[in-house]
Amino acid sequence: MSLHELLISPFADYGFMRRALVATLALGLGAAPIGVLLMLRRMSLVGDAMSHAVLPGAALGFMFAGGLSLLWMGLGALIAGLLVAVLSGVISRTTVLKEDASFASFYLVSLALGVLLISLRGSNIDLLHVLFGTILAIDSQALCLIAGITSLTLLVLAVVYRPLVMECFDPGFLRAVGGRGPWYHLLFLLLVVVLNLVAGFQTLGTLMAVGMMMLPAVIAQLWARTLGSMLLIATLSAVLSGYLGLLLSYHLNLASGPCIILTAALLYGLSLLLAPAGALRRFFPLPHLRN
Amino acid sequence: MSALVLDDITVAYQRHPAVHHISGEFASGSLTAIAGPNGAGKSTLLKAIMGEVPLASGRIRYGQYQQRDIGYLPQAAAIDRQFPLTVADTVIMGAWRTLGVHRAVTQDVAAQARNALQAVGLAGFEQRPIGSLSAGQFQRVLFARLLLQDAPIVVLDEPFTAIDSRTTHDLLQVILSWHQQGRTVIAVLHDFEQVRQHFPSTLLLAREIIGWGDTSAVMSRDNLTRAKAMAEAWDEGADVCQPEVSA
Repeated sequence: MSLHELLISPFADYGFMRRALVATLALGLGAAPIGVLLMLRRMSLVGDAMSHAVLPGAALGFMFAGGLSLLWMGLGALIAGLLVAVLSGVISRTTVLKEDASFASFYLVSLALGVLLISLRGSNIDLLHVLFGTILAIDSQALCLIAGITSLTLLVLAVVYRPLVMECFDPGFLRAVGGRGPWYHLLFLLLVVVLNLVAGFQTLGTLMAVGMMMLPAVIAQLWARTLGSMLLIATLSAVLSGYLGLLLSYHLNLASGPCIILTAALLYGLSLLLAPAGALRRFFPLPHLRN
Repeated sequence: MSALVLDDITVAYQRHPAVHHISGEFASGSLTAIAGPNGAGKSTLLKAIMGEVPLASGRIRYGQYQQRDIGYLPQAAAIDRQFPLTVADTVIMGAWRTLGVHRAVTQDVAAQARNALQAVGLAGFEQRPIGSLSAGQFQRVLFARLLLQDAPIVVLDEPFTAIDSRTTHDLLQVILSWHQQGRTVIAVLHDFEQVRQHFPSTLLLAREIIGWGDTSAVMSRDNLTRAKAMAEAWDEGADVCQPEVSA
């Protein structure tokens, strides 16, 4: 097998592979920076909780459209995600429960509700589609939606980058200088996290969508020391995982969603060993500097 | 003229008052230490001033200023020091009022940041990641951020906890220079000797005011003993606090 056949022809020969590649790249570009900010905010697991929370909305969209409709299921998922994010925020501000605890309770309810709704109307195959995505069956409409979500995400992040970073680093300070930190946090959570989960859910499925956010983020933290390089490395790892994962799935005839996430996991494993902050460095210490 | 007036404020956690019916004023340009035993409500009082905890009763008046004109240094533990920012990034946050959400960092602001770092003894540290700093160096960075904020009122919550004596000495000089410039400075402190030496006014707190005024008068042995006894008192079956009705 030539290098061309190995790396390029799957995408050159098949339209569905090209669409899958574009969808994955778009997803990686949007989801990776979000993952970094979630991780720095110590909310790594909130992305996971939110990805489950969108399920009942997707299920309602599924029932409303009478089958697998990415548009209706995406819309339903978006509304469900927004609802859970706002309710969790309200509960953590009005009761003793912390935000992660209220997220945890909501996502379990959502997951049960979503699976119940889907099982009422659909078959097990439908359930698998919702849980694990349909990246090889993405049509142009879904592709536009994902690309649109990524563009909006990068635009919003660029505009509110400074207060968002300040809110992650030292929320008390931003509040003290009148920077309206909670609003940026809410905007980030509502628009950006939920929207990207909707995009991820269409490609990788609800359960794995968050992998494209968090795995690149943890890889980046092992390699980078500044926020800029962290964002760059996370994005590159997400894009690389998408590309290599699709190739792996094509050549070995495996499910594409898990291949993408497992490729990211492989990069994570290598980083754990080789990165400057990784494990092997302990066994091969570099000589220290004079000053 | 007062920079800050506390008007009968109470802050409660689960109905138990952490600070109870506090009234008084911080004069404009004053340098006040807030002292008292552990659990006296010192940090709670600062958080109330900064609007971080709700008041159960009373109100705070900010005089000619607004709450956001106050430069606030929270306790060191409240900040994640492993966050991937450089020293310069952190200090420049102090220019939020000038820069806002998306104005670019000008040469002028960058120069102010350099000067502020120089003033706290960290010249040349601009590009260092904050994760590589010691606790004392990081506290210097936060002071540099306060310098950039250029706030007329500065509120400090235990600025010298877990800090070496050299850093404490240097940062104390920064505080004294703020006082000389006419800013109003309020600091929660544990070291009574430091309070006596450098702070003209003291608010001695034990959930209620034990004394507020001239430091030498307030920090008397009687007052300190009383403060200790009152901070330790905790009555699960306490009655509901009824305001006294004046005839």
